[in-house]
Parts: sequence; C-alpha cells; structure tokens
Amino acid sequence: MSETKKFLYVNRKAPYGTVYALESLEVVLIGAAFEQDVQLLFMDDGVFQIAKGQDTGESEMKNFSPTYSALGDYDITKMYVDKQSLEERGLTLDDLIPLTYEDEDDDWAEKDSIRLVSRDEIAALMEEQDVVLSF
Amino acid sequence: MLHTVNKSPFTNNSLESCLDCVSNGAAVLLIEDGVYGALNGSNVADKVKAAMGKVTVYALSADVKARGVADKVIDGIKLVDYAGFVDLSTENDKVQSWL
Repeated sequence: MSETKKFLYVNRKAPYGTVYALESLEVVLIGAAFEQDVQLLFMDDGVFQIAKGQDTGESEMKNFSPTYSALGDYDITKMYVDKQSLEERGLTLDDLIPLTYEDEDDDWAEKDSIRLVSRDEIAALMEEQDVVLSF
Repeated sequence: MLHTVNKSPFTNNSLESCLDCVSNGAAVLLIEDGVYGALNGSNVADKVKAAMGKVTVYALSADVKARGVADKVIDGIKLVDYAGFVDLSTENDKVQSWL
C-alpha cells in the first residue's frame, strides 16, 4: 500500500471573480481520488466559497458550490473555517452551506464537517501537514 | 459620473480609494467581487453607509446572487440588472473603473 499523506488545501479567494476556487476544488477531488488525507481550510475571502444560497442563473456562470456538499462522500470530513474571516465579513456559521459526512465508525451517523478555527489553530494545522497547497 | 469597483474590499483597497474620490451626486456601481462591499455587518459596511449620504450606490444583481449574499445587502443599495448597468454607463458622462 502506498503512503498516505496529510494534505491541506488553503482557500483564500472568493469564488467566480478568479478561477482559484474552482481549480482548488478540482485538485481536492484528485487528492481524494488518490485516497490521501485531504483537509480544506477556508480563510480570508475563501470563506465566500461556501456561502449558502449561491445562484448563478442570472450571471450564467457555473455554480460549483453544490460540489462542496458532496465532498463528505469522498471521505473529506475536515473543513476548517477561520472565525476571524467570518467576523470581518459580517458572516456567521448559519450563512455557510451545512457540510456533513457520514461517520462509518459511528453507525454512519451524520456529522458536521465544518470546524471553526482561530489563527493560532491554523498555524498548528499547517505545521502538522505533509503537504500544503495554496489557492 | 459613474465609478465601478470590481474587487473585494477585503483583499484590495479599490473600494476605499473609490469612496475617497467620489463627488456629491456620483454613482458607484459594485460589480464582480466588488459586490462584497455591499455586505451589511462587514468591516467596510460603515464606510459604505457613510458614502451613501453623498453618492448613490448600486450593485449588479447577477453578481450579488451568484455569491449568495442577496439577503445581506445594506439597505439603500440599489440592485441593478445588466440593462441597468448599460443605463448607468450611458446616463453618466464619464466612467472611472477602480480595477
């Protein structure tokens, strides 16, 4: 069996304005396909990527936000969100898409994937990774 | 005169520079990631509200809706569609794009 590494995807850009958010999501899915330990961090304008209620009908862009809800099925169960970034933007946890996964070690109970973290916790999170991918 | 802002106010000072350089009666249109400047309760909301005393602030509805922030727009900011964007461009004699 090949080695599993801890990957952290750092998402700091708003969706739609640039292609970073969509590209990150593509690479996240690749990481998951290779059965790596994939974790996502949303901070700065990256928190807007998982804002609830995105509707791109009028702008005719691709709404890729439903994909975040599917990540739990790819065993991506750790989605870190920077508290400070939410506060700066007048957002709360309720403004985010409710991201969950089914815990196979706990009778497939549905659990929250989102974990609110401080900047200190982010510093520690980055240090414990094997690979950090920046978007 | 029309001023447009297309960058997020949290990553770039375009909105701040714009609001520092608008005259009474000007129109400010927030587009693309600039629509985050319309968010109520954010770090920049007070500055936008203060500017609304002398300029009219608009936001492009398609970009507001795409980003999921339609229900959090500051009261008094006018949402316009693409046709409204065209109207603002033609009604005003000049356009400054704060890129």
